[in-house]
Amino acid sequence: MTPLPRAAAVGAIVLIAACRATPADQTTRPPLRWGGDAEGGAPFVEADPADPSRVRGFDVEIAGMIARGLGRQPSFVQVAWASIGQSVDRGDFDIGLSGIEDRPELRERQSLTIPYFEFREVLAVRPADRDRFRTLADLAGRRVATLGSTAAYEILLAEQARSKLTPISYDDDVHPYTDLVAGRVDAVLLDHIIAERRLRALGGFVIQPQPVATGHYVGVLAKSNAALRDSVNAILRERMRDGSLEKTFRGWEVWDDAQAKYFQRVLADTGVAGRPAASKAGASALSYLPSLLRAAGITLVISCLSMALAVVFGIGIAAGRVYGSPVVRGALAVYVEVVRGTPVLLQLFVLYYGLSGVVRLPAFLAAVIGLGLNYAAYESEIYRAALEAIPRGQLEAARTLGLSERQTLRLVRGPQALRLALAPMTNDFVALLKDSSLVSVITVVELTKQTAIYAANIGSWVVPGILCAVVYLSLSLPLSRFARRLERRWSLT
Amino acid sequence: MEPDVSARPDVRATIALAVRGLRATRGETPVLRGVDLDVATGEICALMGVSGAGKSTVLRAAAALQPFSAGSIVVDGFALQPGPVPPESQLKPLRRRVGFVFQAHSLFEHLTVMDNVTLAPVHAQGWTRERAREVAGALLETLGVAARSSAYPRQLSGGEAQRVAIARALALDPHLLLMDEPTSALDPARRGALGETLAALADQGRGLLIATHDVDFAQDHADRVAVLADGVLVEHGPARDVLANPTHAATKALLEA
Repeated sequence: MTPLPRAAAVGAIVLIAACRATPADQTTRPPLRWGGDAEGGAPFVEADPADPSRVRGFDVEIAGMIARGLGRQPSFVQVAWASIGQSVDRGDFDIGLSGIEDRPELRERQSLTIPYFEFREVLAVRPADRDRFRTLADLAGRRVATLGSTAAYEILLAEQARSKLTPISYDDDVHPYTDLVAGRVDAVLLDHIIAERRLRALGGFVIQPQPVATGHYVGVLAKSNAALRDSVNAILRERMRDGSLEKTFRGWEVWDDAQAKYFQRVLADTGVAGRPAASKAGASALSYLPSLLRAAGITLVISCLSMALAVVFGIGIAAGRVYGSPVVRGALAVYVEVVRGTPVLLQLFVLYYGLSGVVRLPAFLAAVIGLGLNYAAYESEIYRAALEAIPRGQLEAARTLGLSERQTLRLVRGPQALRLALAPMTNDFVALLKDSSLVSVITVVELTKQTAIYAANIGSWVVPGILCAVVYLSLSLPLSRFARRLERRWSLT
Repeated sequence: MEPDVSARPDVRATIALAVRGLRATRGETPVLRGVDLDVATGEICALMGVSGAGKSTVLRAAAALQPFSAGSIVVDGFALQPGPVPPESQLKPLRRRVGFVFQAHSLFEHLTVMDNVTLAPVHAQGWTRERAREVAGALLETLGVAARSSAYPRQLSGGEAQRVAIARALALDPHLLLMDEPTSALDPARRGALGETLAALADQGRGLLIATHDVDFAQDHADRVAVLADGVLVEHGPARDVLANPTHAATKALLEA
């Protein structure tokens, strides 16, 4: 269920979109490079099950229509969904098409096509809650999941201020629904076509009929590329008129009466199609500071708890490997090698999603346990080396004084080893502070994730990136200083 | 259970250490090939020989830090058998009877002088901390390092560290004190002071076995000298006799070194 296999299949190759251009169109014009995220999946863009080197989906077909209308070949560029806007600005491709929502911030920074699809933001809840949670207002104090960097997430953030519901942001649109069914969240707010698709594939929840909001999918181009945008708009209108778009949407089972009415409205009134309400963008960097600091607190708490766990387990593992029976030593060596030899990202996925059938850990706890057990393997190697570095004379002196092996470990060898381990431990803690950003894959919003959300909202990484770096440094530098002082004080020579 | 200094009977005549037919190997190589050696309480015995003669092996075997292959070792009535070193739990009585001062002191680097000396009484013998500190304070006073009670080993001079190591080894009031090359890091003036300290310890009724190749020190401070060469004792007797009239080549070599 994790997006990893799909991401691997998709990410490995740059894909050439399916297209059936007529021979007359095949001129010397450069191809139309269009960007999308095949990890987003059907019905937008997905790897073709019959030939994973190709993509399919309604956005793929629309890209084909646009390219044909321009007399060019479509050429697909894989890009992470949340980065489409910034990627098109960099010139990685000409147009982004991947279920991109028309949002005021986007409108300020980029050239947007006319909306080619109208969707409804709908609430999904467990069947038992069908009558309890009908609207967002009913979800006060509850956990509501959605995809990060979306209009739905913005809606939840706005609602959070009002009714204290807790927005939970995911990096993909599958796990919000599996976690809804598993009881980790109480509702999911997302586009109705995603909700309906997950309902067919997964089941176990219901979609509330009353939409929370409506939104539109648009193509996104660089601000300076208004000319191409106008050509694309003309092509889209023509395809609405001649039924090609309807045919595509029907083919992907997303056509309904509301869509027909929307098309009529667009064709009748060319000016107003789906213009979003007043812009609320332009929020200053300062307004993001409280949420960044809160996220920094989460980063710090997760890091400290994980490190505490890693130290305790690491000491146990090291003691077992130095003093244990051959069986114990072997088992612990296997643990250390397996944990060190596999990505912590994979371990977090397995712990949070893979084991959810056996034990349903809350995200925060899973993050602490996952990072803690991972770092325990590294800490244990430090302690093992430190234990073995204590001179034999110290241990023999303890023996001649009548201390038992356990007392020698506790009173002589352990304390001295801890002093030797201090510098590498500090090093690991600083590394852990930064590795804790990985837990965003299991929905914990920590400093880096919050920064990414911030950057996606304002469309730039410059200020958020600097702020984020400053916060990380202000956490790690005092720590290094403290460790150096402790090291000097504890110095054995 | 612990010995009480004031109530100790006169033990001058008893044997603190009796070694008979001691054989030990390092890997396949024989190191000791049948050593017989007694140390009486109240005497200082210097175990001499060139480096590699097996002096340390005798000391380490007597302190059950390494196994021996044949013979017997009896420490103040506690017998060690050939074969693997028994587990520490069976060696508790031995640990109270033998103090060991290592060549490199091996003081616990993370503990203060006071904590080095009280560690064994408190944790291995279960004394109260107050009592351990009282005894340790008196020992450190006797050895002239009471002023350094709260210092760490790295802050001590070589002579101070050695006296603290002696205090630590004496904390449980053992009848036998083993010392490995105690003069190796001391200047001549300090050697004299060490000799006086050791004489005082012997006078309290302890047996001292000192591995050394320092002829002057043995001559001035030991009651008896045993010379070890090729794994056997080649010469044995009162210090002045042996060192004044050496009969064996190994002893002569020591004197010329």
